[in-house]
Amino acid sequence: MHLRMQNIAKSFGGVSALRGVALEAFGGEVHGLMGENGAGKSTLMKILAGAYRRDAGEIELDGTLAEITSPHDAFEKGISVIYQEFSLAGHLSVAENILIEELGKPGWRINWGDLRARASALLAEMGFEDIDPMQPAGELPVAYQQVVEICKALSRKSRLLVFDEPTAVLTHHETERLFRLIKLLKSRGVCILYISHRLEEIFTLCDRVTVMKDGQTVGSWPIGELDERKLVQLMIGRELSDLFPPRHAVIGEILLAAEGLNAGPMVRDISFHVRAGEVLGVSGLVGAGRTETMRAVFGADPLQSGILRLKGRTIVNSSPGQAVANGIGMLPEDRKQQGVLLDLPIRINAMMTPANPFISAFGFIRNKAEIAAVEDIAKSLRVKSAGIDATAGSLSGGNQQKVALMKWIAASCNVLIFDEPTRGVDIGAKVEIYRVMNELAEAGTAIVMISSDMLEVVGMSDRVIVMRQGTIAGELQKNQISEEAIIHLAMGTEA
Amino acid sequence: MTTKSRLASWLIQYNTLLMLIILIVVSASLSDVFLSPQNLWNLARQLVPLALVSIGMLLVILTGGIDLSVGALAAIGAMIMSMLLPYLPEGGAIGLFVGVLIAMVGGAALGAVTGSLVAAFSMAPFIASLAMMTVARGIAFMMSNGQPVRFPTGSVTGDLLRSFGSSALPGIGMPWPVLLALAVISTFVVIMSQTKFGRLVTATGSNEVAVRLAGLAVGRYKLMVYVIAGALAALAGIVATSRTAVGTANTGIGLELDAIAACVIGGALLSGGKGSVINTIVGVLILGLIGNIMNLLSVPAYPQQIIKGVIIVFAVLLQNINGELKRT
Repeated sequence: MHLRMQNIAKSFGGVSALRGVALEAFGGEVHGLMGENGAGKSTLMKILAGAYRRDAGEIELDGTLAEITSPHDAFEKGISVIYQEFSLAGHLSVAENILIEELGKPGWRINWGDLRARASALLAEMGFEDIDPMQPAGELPVAYQQVVEICKALSRKSRLLVFDEPTAVLTHHETERLFRLIKLLKSRGVCILYISHRLEEIFTLCDRVTVMKDGQTVGSWPIGELDERKLVQLMIGRELSDLFPPRHAVIGEILLAAEGLNAGPMVRDISFHVRAGEVLGVSGLVGAGRTETMRAVFGADPLQSGILRLKGRTIVNSSPGQAVANGIGMLPEDRKQQGVLLDLPIRINAMMTPANPFISAFGFIRNKAEIAAVEDIAKSLRVKSAGIDATAGSLSGGNQQKVALMKWIAASCNVLIFDEPTRGVDIGAKVEIYRVMNELAEAGTAIVMISSDMLEVVGMSDRVIVMRQGTIAGELQKNQISEEAIIHLAMGTEA
Repeated sequence: MTTKSRLASWLIQYNTLLMLIILIVVSASLSDVFLSPQNLWNLARQLVPLALVSIGMLLVILTGGIDLSVGALAAIGAMIMSMLLPYLPEGGAIGLFVGVLIAMVGGAALGAVTGSLVAAFSMAPFIASLAMMTVARGIAFMMSNGQPVRFPTGSVTGDLLRSFGSSALPGIGMPWPVLLALAVISTFVVIMSQTKFGRLVTATGSNEVAVRLAGLAVGRYKLMVYVIAGALAALAGIVATSRTAVGTANTGIGLELDAIAACVIGGALLSGGKGSVINTIVGVLILGLIGNIMNLLSVPAYPQQIIKGVIIVFAVLLQNINGELKRT
C-alpha cells in the first residue's frame, strides 16, 4: 500500500498536537517514524487507525483520497496498528483472539477445528509454533501476547501495519524473530510503519525514516543518509554520548545478599549480592525468571527456600510491607498496572508507602509538611507536571516512572530494584531516569536493574548477572560487560 | 484558560450539585408547599437512614467493592435496638447510647464477616454481600418470629428514642436525626480527606496491585469498609425505627439499591477509586427530591418508580458525558 498523508492538523481543546504533518510510505518498505514522546507520533498513528478524526489535511491510500472514519473502517481499508498496550481478550484462546473478527460473522456455530488450524498456520508462519492456539491469551508472557496481536492483524490481510514500540517487551532473540517476520511482510509488499526509540533497530530494519518534533515533520531521509548521531540530533538536539551520564559513585559494602533462593520453576538456586553505590544489571531473555526472582526477594511472591541478608543480617521478606520496612523498594515492570495510581494525584502516589512520616496520631495527615516534602522530592527528580495535585495519568511515561520512584525516596529505601525502568519512554526521559539512578547510587543506594535493553544494561551496569531458565547463567564484571558476552550467557551458547 | 472553558470545567466539577439546584428550582415552581420549612425538614428527616447507609456504601464502592447487605443490616440494627429497650439501664441518654452502641457493634460484626470473605478469601464482594443480605434478613425475622416489636410504654429510654425520632431542635426546627446525619457526614468528610485511612481506601480501589506492591496491607482496608458500612447501616435502622417507635424486620428493604444509586448519581465509579462523601449526599438529596416532588404532585406510586429509574439513567449518562469532556 502506498500511504500519503499531507498537511495533517489536529488539536485537542485548543492545544495543537499536529501541524502540517506530512508522511509518505510505500508498499514493500519499512518506514521508521521517529521522535520523542509528545512529538505527535501516536496522534498521527491514531488518525491513521481511525481512532481520532483529523482537523485538516489529506490522506491518500494508493493514490485515492480516503476518509478513515473509525477503527473498523481502518481495518476494512487494510490498516492495522500493533499498540504498545495490547487489546487481547485475556480469557479467550489465542485462536479466538487472532480470528476475533470471524467470531462476529453470521452463523451460530464456531468451527473450532478450522479456527485452530488457521491460527496454527499463522503462528507457524511467524516461527512461533510453540504457542498453543487453544491456550488463554492472558496466560502468555507479554512477548507472546504481542505475537498474537501481530497474527490478529495478519489474519485481516492488512496491507499497512503500524508497529508502536514492538520490541520494548522483547528480548534480543525474540526481536530477531520479529525482524525476520517484518522482512517477510515487506517482501510481500506490505507497507510497514515502525515506531521505536531504539536506534540500532531503526538502522537494521528501516529503509527510510521520517522524524517528527513538536507536532511537526522535521523531514524524511533514506536511512543511508543518516547515522545514529545525526538522527538523535534531529529528534532532540542532544548528543548520543550524553545518553548515559557519567556516574561518580563509590562502591561500598554489600547491602543485599541472596543465597540459594528458590521460588517455583523460574527461580532455582539463585545467589547474588549488590553493594552500596553499585548498579547491578540483571539480563536474560524474557521468561528467564528475572522478574520472578526479584518479586520473591521483594516479598511479592513467596520464597520456598533461601536466605536474604541485609548488611550481613538475615532478614525475612514475606510481604512487600516487610521488604519496605527492611529498606528495599521495587519499581515493577508494568508501570501503569502496578507502579502508579493513574487516577490519583502525584502527592498521594508519592506518599503511598507504609513509611509515610507525615501521618500523626489517629492517622491524620500533616498536610503542610507532606506537601513541602513531596514538592522537594518532585523537584529533586525533576518531575514535569502541572503541580503535585496533577494525576499520575496526566504525565508522560518517563515522568510516571519518576512518580513511581517518589514513594521509595520518601521511604528512604537503600536497596532499589528497577524492573525495566525505561520501557516505552523516549530518549530524553531515559536520560533523566539514568541521571536519577546515578544520583541514587552516588548517595549510596544499591540498585538492581532488570532490563531487556542491551544498550542500557551495557551502559549503566557496574556488574551484570545473566539469567537463563530460572538459574544464573553467569556474572560479568565491569570490564567483561558487552552485548556479545551477555547474549551468549543468556542463550547458553559458547562465546 | 478562556472564560468559556473555565465555565465548562466548573460545570463538570459541580455537575451533581447543579443537577440538585435545577431539581430544587423545578420543584419549587411546581409546588407551593415544596419550599415550606416543614416539608424540607420532613424530607431531610426521611432521608437520614439513606444518607447514613450511602456513606458506608460509598466507602465500600471506593475500594472497588459493593455491599448488598446494608438494607438487611439496617433491619438487624432496628431489631437489636427495639428488643434491647426493656433491658437497657433507665439512665436516659446513657442507656440509649449503650443500646445504639450494641446495635452498631452487631451490624459491624456482620459487616466484618462480609469483609473477611472479601479480603481474606478473595470472594467477589457482590456474592459475599448477597449471601450476607439473605442471612442477615433471616436473622432479623427470627429475632422476633417476624413480629414487629413495639417500644415498651413507660420506658424512659424508649421515650427518649421516640422523641429523638419525632421531635426537632428548638428554634430552627431541625429534626434531631438530621443533626446526627450532619455529624456523621462531617466526620466522614474529614476522615476521607484528611486521614491515611481515607487515602488508602481510595487508593485500594484505584489500583490494588500497585498499593500492595508499595508495601501496604490492602486487606485491612477492604475489611474495614464493610465493618463501617455495617455499623452505619445498623445506625440507619435505629433512626428509621425511632420515627415509628416500632422495630420491624422489614426495615431497609431495597435500601442498598437506593444507596448504590445515590453513590453513582454522586459520581462514584463502581470500579472504585473515585467518589466523594459530599457528592454522595447530594445524590441522596436528588433521589429524595425526586420522590418528594412526585408525592407533592400526587403522582401514584408505580409511575414514581419508573420516573425514578429513568432519572437515575439520565444522571449517570450526564456523568459519563462529563467524564468524556474532562478527558479530551
